[in-house]
Amino acid sequence: MTKKVLIVDDDPDSLSLLKFHVEGFGFETITADSQKEGEEIIRQMKPDLAIFDLMMENKDSGFILSYKFKKIYPDVPVIIATAVTAETGMIFGLDTEEEKNWIKADLYLEKGIRPDQLHREINKLLQL
Amino acid sequence: MEKLKVLVVDDEPGIRSGIHRILRNFSVGYPFMEEDFQFELIEAETGEKAIEIIESMPVDIILLDNKLPGINGIDVLEYISKKQYDVQVMMITSYASLDLAVKATNIGAYNFIPKPFTPDELKVAMEGITKHLFLKRMTRQLHKEGKEVRFQFLSVLSHELKSPINAIEGYLQIMKEKQVGDKIDDYEVMISRSIERLKGMRTLIMDLLDLTRLESGKKQREIKKIDLSEITKMAIHSIEPMAIQKNVRIYYDNGEPCYLNGDSAEVEIILNNLLSNAVKYNKEGGQVYVHVKGTDDRVIIKVEDTGIGMTEEDQEKLFQEFVRIKNVKTKNITGSGLGLSIVKRLADLYAGDVQVTSKPDVGTSFAVTLMKNAETTDTILLQ
Repeated sequence: MTKKVLIVDDDPDSLSLLKFHVEGFGFETITADSQKEGEEIIRQMKPDLAIFDLMMENKDSGFILSYKFKKIYPDVPVIIATAVTAETGMIFGLDTEEEKNWIKADLYLEKGIRPDQLHREINKLLQL
Repeated sequence: MEKLKVLVVDDEPGIRSGIHRILRNFSVGYPFMEEDFQFELIEAETGEKAIEIIESMPVDIILLDNKLPGINGIDVLEYISKKQYDVQVMMITSYASLDLAVKATNIGAYNFIPKPFTPDELKVAMEGITKHLFLKRMTRQLHKEGKEVRFQFLSVLSHELKSPINAIEGYLQIMKEKQVGDKIDDYEVMISRSIERLKGMRTLIMDLLDLTRLESGKKQREIKKIDLSEITKMAIHSIEPMAIQKNVRIYYDNGEPCYLNGDSAEVEIILNNLLSNAVKYNKEGGQVYVHVKGTDDRVIIKVEDTGIGMTEEDQEKLFQEFVRIKNVKTKNITGSGLGLSIVKRLADLYAGDVQVTSKPDVGTSFAVTLMKNAETTDTILLQ
């Protein structure tokens, strides 16, 4: 069965690019363009993987979403994708145990994400 | 009234009680301080006891005798500066040798008061040290807040600049690999989206430049008598193409000339921002009403639209940098999120303000008030 990937991103171009590539990898996609809409979707359905943008309505929307998501589906992998630059210090990696504890994502990718890299990471997380 | 904790370190009980009497009903106030300061005294007869007290509670000012039975005052001072306590120290000593004075100030004492001193001498010294303490704390606070604001601004800015680059790069990559087809038409949407994102980036950069010029204060302001009505007509003229595209009509109650002393470029920025918002956030076929009115000492620019409006909650966030009201209705509207914070800053320059009233799905009205003579240097004053 085709795996379902949930993509939440408030940048319309980033969303359509992610959708384009993920569908190109052979997955089915469900998209939302806000944290709010993303929250509604995860209450209704369980995807096989989720990609969340970090800054949406809130500066940490992606973190909030992945926290809520993991509460319902602890075993479904989450990727956080963001254009926030590491140098500004606003970035939180997944390097320490403490960060892993509250961020709850499995992978953190800085945009522009290369399609081949994204494909590899998704396959790894889905153990394909 | 705020109380400052003053620790008096002296082995002579007479000096300690003397200081107590002098400072008991004394307070220090300056026009720039919000409230006066009073003093609450704590006493220590040795340096060791003083350190114990400093360790156990926050102290604001220390009056410190040098010649003490155990460790010297200067040792206490050294300890304090090593630990970087937020406290100001004034040395009290009967033989203020130059050596000691130099040493103590080098270690961080604020100043000296020679013993014996009169009540007035002590009061003057206390005024000095209190002012110093206050200013130092205030400066530190402002510095810290400024740094945080700057830092946040930069991190959001980098995000706002990188997002369009990522989008355009992503589209170009797809085109380069001809992933959708061989004909240029297959990429029409991607091309127009890329152009759209580039436009947005240009706006952001222009807004940033406006903001930087405002902030640095470096921009040479050209204050002269200007006709607001004339500038309004020009601003409407330049927004017209955008309005026509959206089928929005702009009405201006083409009134009398309305003069103020100001920089025409600054006033133009205000009008451009208000008008482009009124068009952008309007409905297809909507209207924009512009009123310009002068009173004795001020001018009021009012721009009303019949657009999508916003909730009260959204209105509160409106003037923050990079805050754009995000919802289904604004989804496809581009903007830098800086326009209104620029308008707010400009209004501040003219000792004015910005008022907003809005109703979802009915429209929004912005009223900017500018004082006619906010800037009076090098200006031709209005009669």
